[in-house]
Amino acid sequence: MTARDWLLADSPTSRWQANAGRAYRVFTALLRNPLSVVGGIIILTLLLTAAFAPWIAPYSPTGQNLGARLLPPSGEHWMGTDELGRDIFSRVIWGSQITLTIVLLVALISAPLGLLIGAISGYFGGWVDRVLMGFTDIFLSLPKLILALAFVAALGPGINNAIIAIAITSWPAYARIARAETLTIRNAEYISAVQLAGGGPIRIIVQHILPLCTSSMIVRVTLDMAGVILTAAGLGFIGLGAQPPLPEWGAMISRGRTFILDQWWVATMPGIAIIVVSLGFCFLGDGLRDVLDPKNEGKS
Amino acid sequence: MAIDQQSAPPPLAPGFPSRRMQRVAVDLGSFIVTLCLTFLGLMAITFFIGRVIPIDPVLSVVGDRATQAQYDAAKIAMGLDQPLWQQFISYVGNVLTGDLGRSISTGRPVAEDLARFFPATFEMATLGIIIGVALGVPLGVTAAARQGSWLDQAIRVVGLLGYSVPAFWLGLVGLAIFYARLQWVGGPGRLDIFYDGLVEPVTGMILIDALIRGETDIFWNAVSHIILPASVLGFFSLAYIARMTRSFMLDQLSQEFVTTARVKGVPERIVIWRHAFNPIRVPLITVIGLSYAGLLEGSVMIETVFSWPGLGSYLTTALLNADMNAVLGATLVIGAVFIVINKVSDVLYRVLDPRAR
Repeated sequence: MTARDWLLADSPTSRWQANAGRAYRVFTALLRNPLSVVGGIIILTLLLTAAFAPWIAPYSPTGQNLGARLLPPSGEHWMGTDELGRDIFSRVIWGSQITLTIVLLVALISAPLGLLIGAISGYFGGWVDRVLMGFTDIFLSLPKLILALAFVAALGPGINNAIIAIAITSWPAYARIARAETLTIRNAEYISAVQLAGGGPIRIIVQHILPLCTSSMIVRVTLDMAGVILTAAGLGFIGLGAQPPLPEWGAMISRGRTFILDQWWVATMPGIAIIVVSLGFCFLGDGLRDVLDPKNEGKS
Repeated sequence: MAIDQQSAPPPLAPGFPSRRMQRVAVDLGSFIVTLCLTFLGLMAITFFIGRVIPIDPVLSVVGDRATQAQYDAAKIAMGLDQPLWQQFISYVGNVLTGDLGRSISTGRPVAEDLARFFPATFEMATLGIIIGVALGVPLGVTAAARQGSWLDQAIRVVGLLGYSVPAFWLGLVGLAIFYARLQWVGGPGRLDIFYDGLVEPVTGMILIDALIRGETDIFWNAVSHIILPASVLGFFSLAYIARMTRSFMLDQLSQEFVTTARVKGVPERIVIWRHAFNPIRVPLITVIGLSYAGLLEGSVMIETVFSWPGLGSYLTTALLNADMNAVLGATLVIGAVFIVINKVSDVLYRVLDPRAR
C-alpha cells in the first residue's frame, strides 16, 4: 500500500488517518489552482525569509553607514540604502519577521475570541444572542482603521498595542460567521445525542461545534490577513505602530516619505514587499475558499 | 435585530390606511431604533477609550507636580468622582449638545475644528467616489460581458490590488511619478501657496467656492491639486465597485430571461445594458454607499500623505500629540458619518428593490 492509497482510503482506521487524508485532498485541490499555488509559494517564502533572516540578509538591519547614505539600487545594495546608510534589502528581509508576528498574533487573538462569542451566541440564542450580536453589530458598523487608531492612541504607540488594537477590531466578523455556522448545526441529531448523554453546553460548544466552524474560519482569516497587514503598516506609517529603529515596512515607508521626490526607492521598496505578501494571502485565501467553502464562492 | 421585529406582522393598528403603510412605519421605526443603538454603542466605545483605558486621566490634565488639593479639585471638576454610568450619561449629553471638549493642540473646541476640517475631506471623498463609479461600473459590466477575456483578467488583478496595495504607498508613488517626474499635477496641499487664502470660504469646498467667486485660475489650480489624491481614493473604490458589478452581472447574465432575449435576437448591447444591468442598479447603490463610507476611512491615510487639511490630517496630528479630545471627537464624527451612510444605503436598497420588501 502506497502512502497515497493510505491517505485516500475510503474507510480510515484512525482519526489521524482521516485528518491526514482530508489535509491531503485539500492540498491536491489547491495545487490545481495556479493562483493559490502562487499564493502558497509567497507565504512559504515569507515563512522561510522570517525564519532565516539572519542568514539571508547581507547587512545588519540597524547597522548605520553614513558614508553610504541614500544610494540607489545597485549590485551591492539591491534595494538601495536609506538616510542612515542602512541596506534597505536587509531591512525588508528582517521586516518579514515583524509582519509575520503581527499577522499570527492578530489571528491567534481575534479568531478564537470571535469563534467563542459567535458559538455561544448561536448555541444559547434568546437574550444572550441578542446582547452579544448587538454588541458585535455595533463593532462591525464602525470603521476598523479609525477604531484601531483610537485604541492605539489610548494604549500608547508601539507594536504590541497595535496588535491588540487590530485584534479588537477584527473579531466581530468571525463572531458572525461562527454564529451562522452554529445555527445550522445546533439542532443536528448528533448534538441532541450528546445532550441526551448528559453533555453540558461547554463540552458541546468546544468539542462538537467549534471544530465544525474551523474550515470557514480558516478561509476568512486567510482572506483577512491582507487587511491586517495593511492596517498594521498604516499604523506604522502614521507613527503609532512599530517604533524606529525596528524595520517594520510601514514605518520604513514613513521614513522614506521625506525623500520620495528624489530617492524614490526608500519608500517604494518596502511598499512592494507589503503588496506581494498581501497578494499572497489574497490568492491563497481565494483558493482555500474554493476548496473548503464552495458555497460562498464569489462572495465578499 | 431588525429581522426579529418584522417576522410577525402585528395586527393592523387603527389610523394606518393600509398594511403596506404600516410596514413602512415599522421598518422606519426599527431603522431609527437600530441607528440610535449603534450611535450609543459608538459613544460607549469612545467613552471607554477616553475614560477607562488611560491609567489616570486627571494626572494627564493637571500634570504630575500638582498638589493633592489641586488634583482633587480637578477630579471633581472633570466629574470623575461620580460613578462610571453617571459619567457616561453626562458624556452622552455633552456629545448630543455638540460639546466634544477642547483640543489641546489648537486650543479651540473640537466641534468647531471638525466643522472647519470636514469640507476638505468631503470634497476629496466625493470626487473619489465619482471617479470610482464612473470607471468601476462600466469596467465591471464589460468584464462580465466578456468573461475570461484579457480585459476580464486585468480587472480581476485590479480588484485584488485594491485589497493589497497600501493607500499611503500608492499616494507617495503617485506623487513621485505625476508630480515630481512628469509635473502633470500640483503637489501636496489644496492650492499653490501663491493662491492660499485668496478665496473667501463659503462652503469650505475650494472647487465650489472658486466657481461661486468666478475665480477660474484658482479653480484650475485646485483641480490640479485634488485630482491625484482623489484618483488614488477612486482607485480603491473602482477596484471594489468593478468586482461587485462583475459578480452581479454574471448572476444576471446566467438567468433565463437573458437567454430568451438573446434568442429573440435582441442586440447584445441592449441585452447587457437594459435586460441585465437594470436589475442590478439597486444592489449597486448599496455597494456604492459602502465604498463611499470606506473612502472616508481611506482618506485618513491619503490626507496624511498629501498634507490635505481634512478630518484625516486633523486626526493623525491629534494622535501624534496625544490630544485625546480631538482624537475621540474625530473618531465620533467619522464613525457617525460611516454608520449613517451604511444604514441609509441599506434602507435605500430595501425601499427601492421590490424583491427585498
